[in-house]
Amino acid sequence: MSGDPTLERIAQGNGLALCAAGSWTARFAPVLEKMVADAEKLRGSRANIFIDVSQVSKLDTFGAWLIERLRRSLTDGGIEAKIAGLSANYSSLVDEVRRVKAEPVVQARSVTITGMLEQIGRSVAGVGGTLVGLIEMLGAVLAAAGHVLIRPRGFRLTSTVHHLEQVCWRAVPIVVLITFLIGCIIAQQGIFHFRQFGADIFVVDMLGVLVLREIGVLLVAIMVAGRSGSAYTAELGSMKMREEIDALRTMGFDPIEVLILPRMLALVMALPILAFLGAMAALYGGGLVAYLYGGVEPEAFLLRLRDAISINHFIVGLIKAPVMAAVIGIVACVEGLAVQGSAESLGQHTTSSVVKGIFLVIVMDGVFAIFFASIGM
Amino acid sequence: MVGEISDAIIRVRDITVQFGKTRILDGLNLDVKRGEILGFVGPSGAGKSVLTRTIIGLVPKVAGRIEVFGVDLDKASTTERRGVERRWGVLFQQGALFSSLTVRQNIQFPVREYLNLSQRLLDEVMVAKLGMVGLKPEVADRFPSELSGGMIKRVALARALALDPELVFLDEPTSGLDPIGAGDFDELVRTLQRTLGLTVFMVTHDLDSLYTACDRIAVLGNGKIIAAGSIADMQASQHPWLQQYFHGKRARAVMG
Repeated sequence: MSGDPTLERIAQGNGLALCAAGSWTARFAPVLEKMVADAEKLRGSRANIFIDVSQVSKLDTFGAWLIERLRRSLTDGGIEAKIAGLSANYSSLVDEVRRVKAEPVVQARSVTITGMLEQIGRSVAGVGGTLVGLIEMLGAVLAAAGHVLIRPRGFRLTSTVHHLEQVCWRAVPIVVLITFLIGCIIAQQGIFHFRQFGADIFVVDMLGVLVLREIGVLLVAIMVAGRSGSAYTAELGSMKMREEIDALRTMGFDPIEVLILPRMLALVMALPILAFLGAMAALYGGGLVAYLYGGVEPEAFLLRLRDAISINHFIVGLIKAPVMAAVIGIVACVEGLAVQGSAESLGQHTTSSVVKGIFLVIVMDGVFAIFFASIGM
Repeated sequence: MVGEISDAIIRVRDITVQFGKTRILDGLNLDVKRGEILGFVGPSGAGKSVLTRTIIGLVPKVAGRIEVFGVDLDKASTTERRGVERRWGVLFQQGALFSSLTVRQNIQFPVREYLNLSQRLLDEVMVAKLGMVGLKPEVADRFPSELSGGMIKRVALARALALDPELVFLDEPTSGLDPIGAGDFDELVRTLQRTLGLTVFMVTHDLDSLYTACDRIAVLGNGKIIAAGSIADMQASQHPWLQQYFHGKRARAVMG
């Protein structure tokens, strides 16, 4: 096989003849493109213009197109440039390329100030849409729940138990481990700083209130949003992508009742359980550090805990848990059903499911704090 | 059964593929000649797609040897393998277009990775490829989710052809297309084979494709090639499955 391609001008009276040789293939395309661009400068009115390709040893679509491009740009002022010496093998390829429209569609890609402003405007307007979407989903889930209450046979127990296993049972190790460590850290930091005032023992008060009332449930909710909320979005999203949800609907099933209600119920049951286990693990971790690092005997720790903590703290924590679970679940399901056809869209919605879930959980926590403070709990 | 062919582009020898304890392919031999369109048929679940995926290296084999372009794929270095992969194109059953890229980006993706071309040339050749598979340049900026089933197949074929391969694997290219669309697709494969000098390895269930597009047919059964030859050979065969396949109701309808 003769190697590098060439394109040479052969002197030919008042005409122009170019001789192409070598392999005109994709591998040499950058060189070829430059040669063709140089040759294009030769354009001008001439009696006849030939491109001789009889010496071309190998030709593919890229090479054929470049010859065609050259032919087109030399065709100027009414005289058509001709391709000569085309071997039978390649003639159909060249014919195929000849049919290509001259102007490829140009990709419109412009970044303008107005475009950016429009983007911002749309995202702000989108916030309202998101809220409406969440409320719609809440309504749909409640309606489905009502439907199931009237007709209990429509309740999907197997599915609910399956999801409960996924979001609760399988989450126990990681939730317990993380809350245990957080408990340890809170106790260590508390002791370290309170020691300066000789108030070591008050670390127990801080640990109890923080863990049972705020951090415990909040932390577990954030973990659940990251772990199960994202999973819900991805599951529903890929089902949406493969038209499985449409299939359900055409069979006369309500996707909310079949897919979303069991998931929501599982999550609403799972979060209080996980929050309770998490709080216990955190208290245990805190107690352990208080004993090992701060020298607070376990008996003293428990006595102090009983004095510092009322059942109210514990109840406040547990009341918040199912509400947060519902928020996470609804956000995850709305995002899942909003997935469009592409893998990228699935990724975007999974991300925004977790981000919105965590954001709303924290907002809810603030609302609850105000509420419980004003009713004196 | 399969004679030695001197210019075989794919040479498969004693391939055995096993999933757990189920043996899918059992000492299979197959040659694909340069420049032919080989139709590959067999009952559902016989392992047609498995063989295709084994040849292109997506399914591990237990035993055997695969040579493509004369390169033993097991012994090939990474660079050699890359070289071989550059010279083949694959059309997956569902198209397998990258859903987050537009048609334009899908077709340009392999070219951009392997070759250093100007954006102008990339765009022009992309339009040429779209034209070859019978699509208008206007679809270039659509996403795969905005295309019909037939268009997805065509774009996937254009992507498979993006690097001007010598060999293309088509996994059920006409499944899910209407008869007219399927006929067009067969015609297209034929034309491209003539134009680009392709060798085509086509897994199919479509009798029409076998009649109109294929030069040679190989039949898979019990993990082996039970017959290979022209459509006339297939019709003359006494094998019960072939008898049923080529003389059943649908075959008679096709042969008119």
